[in-house]
Amino acid sequence: MTSARKRGFFHSIGLYFTDRDKLEPAVITFFAVVFSILAGVALIFLVSKDPVTSTKNFLLGPVLRTYNFYYLMIAMVPITFTGLALCIVYQAKYLSLIADSSFYMGAVIATAIGIYLPLPKGLHPAVAMVVAGLGGGFIGLLPAILKIKWRANELVSSLMLNYVFYFFGSFIILYFLRDRNQSILASLPFRPTFALTKLVPNTQLHTGFIVAAVAVVLVSLFIYRTKWGFEIRLSGANPRFATYAGLSVSGIALYAHFISGFIAGVGGAVEMSGLYRAFIWQMDPSYAWDGVIVAMLARKNPKFVPLSAFFLAYLRVGADFMSRRGDVAFEFITFLQGLIILILASDRLVNSFRARRLRSDALKSEALARKAAEVLE
Amino acid sequence: MIHFLISVFGSSNYWYIVFRSTAPILLVTLGAVISEQAGISNMALEGAMLWAALVGVIVSAATGSAWMGLAAGILASILVCVTLWYFALKLEANAVLVGVALNLVAHGGTVFVLYSLTGDKGISSSLASKTLPFIKIPLIQDIPWLGKIISGQNIVVYISIIAVVVLNLILNKYTIGRRIKATGANVEAARSAGINPDRVKLFALVIAGVLAGFAGCFLSMGYTSNFTSGIAAGRGYVANAAQVVAGGTAVGAIFAALIFGLTDALATFLQNVGMPPELIQALPYAVTILGFIVVTLSRDRREAARKRALFSGGAASGGAGDGGTAKKQAEGTGA
Repeated sequence: MTSARKRGFFHSIGLYFTDRDKLEPAVITFFAVVFSILAGVALIFLVSKDPVTSTKNFLLGPVLRTYNFYYLMIAMVPITFTGLALCIVYQAKYLSLIADSSFYMGAVIATAIGIYLPLPKGLHPAVAMVVAGLGGGFIGLLPAILKIKWRANELVSSLMLNYVFYFFGSFIILYFLRDRNQSILASLPFRPTFALTKLVPNTQLHTGFIVAAVAVVLVSLFIYRTKWGFEIRLSGANPRFATYAGLSVSGIALYAHFISGFIAGVGGAVEMSGLYRAFIWQMDPSYAWDGVIVAMLARKNPKFVPLSAFFLAYLRVGADFMSRRGDVAFEFITFLQGLIILILASDRLVNSFRARRLRSDALKSEALARKAAEVLE
Repeated sequence: MIHFLISVFGSSNYWYIVFRSTAPILLVTLGAVISEQAGISNMALEGAMLWAALVGVIVSAATGSAWMGLAAGILASILVCVTLWYFALKLEANAVLVGVALNLVAHGGTVFVLYSLTGDKGISSSLASKTLPFIKIPLIQDIPWLGKIISGQNIVVYISIIAVVVLNLILNKYTIGRRIKATGANVEAARSAGINPDRVKLFALVIAGVLAGFAGCFLSMGYTSNFTSGIAAGRGYVANAAQVVAGGTAVGAIFAALIFGLTDALATFLQNVGMPPELIQALPYAVTILGFIVVTLSRDRREAARKRALFSGGAASGGAGDGGTAKKQAEGTGA
């Protein structure tokens, strides 16, 4: 907002090294990342019988094998979508996790379209994405409506709704879309036209990766280059000021939630058409919780979502690789994610830097003023 | 359907299950009430329950005593709530985010610990953990229908009822309750009245930790006899919704928790008559949201009515009301 006058991406990155208001949060983020990795290694040494191999697998697993690196890129896709979704909601200063329902129901809607709609290749997944996005958008509206009309805490209501929609979604799969010839719980197979093409032959890396990249660009432009995005940021930064400026804060919250849900819904559809031949999730993948940390690491700036998604995917793929080949449970990654959020949420850490700097600046200028007064006398 | 419902509500088994499934929700709701009264949103209750449930099982298996397990579980739960206090007040973090983070830590951490100890990620059945005793009340257990409901419950069910009384006393009869409410209402005013808000909040969160500890231990050592991953099943979140329904009082918490308990118990029965279990499992959460809306609506209406009465009354006594209020006042006296 300050001096971002058409200077381009690299200039704004450069600001993170020259502008201390930007540098300090970045340092905290870096600290959180390093601390979480160290904590992870410490945990491995605590429980593993072969800690050195496990640590190596955890830290280098994703780059040791090309297969793992593709896996990392695939893992980035869903958390990029939920990360973007949560960035928008955070920008409006809402803390709702409804993106989880939007993502899950987006996948369910895409499943129905993938099974039943006869459409040509290319158009088929695109239609699924749009419809799933719309569905996710309307679901995303619910906590905002509850908050605006009945002042329901959006986090609590979204968590309740996540349970409701998870059970509702699996009900739809089970009773309307289930393949009864399968012994495991699975939907009917998708039509072949539904599958996204692979980016690299003989890997699972699909064109959804590109869709995610486009989403990052679009959301960045939306937040920082459009009137609506500006209104979202303004109402998030200071709702009272936004009201005095004549903006409808609740209207802004509504469309912010709709767009956020839309993106999460598209994410669900992309995941289905990119990776699966049928709906086979036995439980909620809970990508919105990953979205929280992606958005926080990115400091709710969509531009940095790919970077933080990469980091999180790296941790996850490393942890997965390690747990498959060793005796450390994959779940320790969830533990680390919690630690990272704890550090990032601690405003005091950032503010203590700033407070110290402001105090020293103030003292300096006071000394200067005193000196000036002496000279004048 | 009607016949089915009559047969369900007539069965003592149904009401037994109602008590059983209400107790943990009631306990955490009380924890949410006291936290909220002290002015801090306690999202970490879910995580506190998870740790309590796991630590209770592990310690009871190690020591062979359910009571030691309970004590350790409560301690773990208190620790979670104190961590919330530390981050939210000492490090000035957003309390809700800290709660979310602590729940993630608990979700991952409990499974991680369970796997490292037993090699199983799902269930703690390989640990020889104990369960808290079920209590048969003499005389009362012989009352025909009622005896089967009131007697023979787990001890924590009775504790949950005692907890309501104790919390009601704390909030309404003792100085600390006044302090908690004052802090929750206006931190600065409380501070200028000589209250240390941080300490009051710490006290409230420790109590919340004890309550969530009982609830968590009950889940893994009474309600069921094992720890399973994610055993709290969102009850900590439900408590935060129920807390609003409860209107910030301990007695209100009973009704709020009963909304969940009644539907949760009904779900068990509906499953037996071939309703899709997925829809039934969603029921308690959906009903909690509905209860939440109904309560806020009625409170808003009452508040609006109170304000209207206040303004029209003030205008009359001041003698300088404008035409509208004076007219309304006249209508009021006429009727």
